Amino acid sequence: MSDYNFAYLDEQTKRMIRRAILKGLAIPGYQVPFASREMPMPYGWGTGGVQVSAAVLKPDDTFKVIDQGADDTTNAVSIRRFFQKTAGVAVTEATEEASVIQTRHRIPEAELRADQILVYQVPIPEPLRFLEPSEVETRKMHALEEYGLMHVKLYEDISQHGDIATAYAYPVKVEGRYVMDPSPIPKFDNPKLKMAGIQLFGAGREQRIYAIPPYTDVVSLDFEDYPFQPTKADHACDLCGAEDSYLDELIMDDAGKRMFMCSDTDYCATRRKGGHIGAQGAPHREDAA
Amino acid sequence: MTPLLQVENLAKFYGHRIGCTDVSFDLFPGEVMGIVGESGSGKSTLLNCLAGHLTPDRGAVRFDTRAEGLKDTITMSEPERRMLGRTDWAFVHQHARDGLRMNVSAGGNVGERLMAVNARHYGNIRAEAIDWLGRVEITQDRIDERPTAFSGGMQQRLQIARNLVTGPRLVFMDEPTGGLDVSVQARLLDLLRSLVREMNLSAIIVTHDLAVVRLLADRLMVMKDGHVIETGLTDQVLDDPQQAYTQLLVSSVLQV
Ligand SMILES: Nc1ncnc2c1ncn2[C@@H]1O[C@H](COP(=O)(O)OP(=O)(O)OP(=O)(O)O)[C@@H](O)[C@H]1O
Ligand SMILES: [Mg+2]
Repeated sequence: MSDYNFAYLDEQTKRMIRRAILKGLAIPGYQVPFASREMPMPYGWGTGGVQVSAAVLKPDDTFKVIDQGADDTTNAVSIRRFFQKTAGVAVTEATEEASVIQTRHRIPEAELRADQILVYQVPIPEPLRFLEPSEVETRKMHALEEYGLMHVKLYEDISQHGDIATAYAYPVKVEGRYVMDPSPIPKFDNPKLKMAGIQLFGAGREQRIYAIPPYTDVVSLDFEDYPFQPTKADHACDLCGAEDSYLDELIMDDAGKRMFMCSDTDYCATRRKGGHIGAQGAPHREDAA
Repeated sequence: MTPLLQVENLAKFYGHRIGCTDVSFDLFPGEVMGIVGESGSGKSTLLNCLAGHLTPDRGAVRFDTRAEGLKDTITMSEPERRMLGRTDWAFVHQHARDGLRMNVSAGGNVGERLMAVNARHYGNIRAEAIDWLGRVEITQDRIDERPTAFSGGMQQRLQIARNLVTGPRLVFMDEPTGGLDVSVQARLLDLLRSLVREMNLSAIIVTHDLAVVRLLADRLMVMKDGHVIETGLTDQVLDDPQQAYTQLLVSSVLQV
């Protein structure tokens, strides 16, 4: 542990990142450039999120990492270990106990509190990129609030699929001003973007940080005749029976037997501990993890 | 009558080279002005200065804005100028691919300008796109295809529909029929002529092709080496050119 500065990054770098975070909080949804550092992990493995986490972590924090909702994937485990080792912070899998949560592709089901920070790993921060490859032009479009193109993308969706097929990274407008990519969370999570906690987004390769302060208005873009719908699989969790959580679908065998389960593993486990049982679930046992 | 566009002493240089210089004219509502001249005479430079794509070094380009009347578009704020660019102005490029989004369907291409001015009803946007595709003779069943699947002539017609859908008051066109074969050109010209009449459009059309100006333009400006050397009513200039250069231009083309 003494081989590293607290949370790996040197203090000057952390200050630089904190300045970008503060600017991002002051201008909700605006992409703030920052000088992304080399991290001991490849791009695409959450280097943006890790740098943001490093800049906000304090020694008394409790840290949680989820990848697609799960605490136990390789990626989540290695980021959690990284900060255990370099910052010596406490770690947890319980959403409720965590003060800083780094996430990839999900917002926890449990409602976050004002004393919690959610840090997103972002691959592509620019929502206009798909239709306008020029960075100069997209910056100008943000500056001048020229967002018609975002609706062209939704128009294309409807004309090709009969409905807005965009299921992840569904574009939102933040506090009536900036259009933002909420990172590849399922659109089911979009309504949760208005929350009590602070949300910070870090894109390492693209060198951008952006933020949503507590209780900021976040509106998913749509058409009057095709309103936004935060859809999920029309099913209950087979393990805990939850009907309000986002579900992963698992193929169980070659015969095509399927199972739906909460993508948020902590949410599911907490419910099972509380005695909830789904259609294929067994009663909770302490030793089963 | 207030001119729609008032150009005064406009000049644009590329280093020491003249792009265009000493250009002044008024364009009145409903008028179509042709700009002709040999390659390199400054036609595109002038057009791009007028449309706000290039910043001139000197002069004024005043447009009769809805809110404030005549206003210099060179000194107005960029947001205001870009707003004009997607509402009251339209720009038809010679190469359709410069004026279209090639990775977006025909319907999306036509709908973009509507969405840019906050149209948010999919059904209405689509109905309008279908209407406009029809007006430029593209059948409804092609609406979800990308322009890459279209012929050159269709692409150009799509570009025109995409530009006219918001009912612009002034259309800039840079060689709209260039690069198309003759029969396709003729059809496009016919279409342009009927749209200009129907919508009472004001337009500035740059072209090499005197047949285009004969058919479309009320007035004509002849350029050479960045200067306007002759202007007048189209028939007058074509039938009774005053300048030796214009005489040469007219005689050489009409013999073709
Ligand atoms: N980007 C540029 N940089 C330097 N010189 C330029 C540039 N664009 C145009 N020019 C020069 O300015 C002059 C006018 O060019 P312009 O493109 O306006 O002519 P044009 O009349 O449109 O020609 P064409 O009929 O070939 O399209 C020419 O001498 C040209 O070489
Ligand atoms: Mg030209």
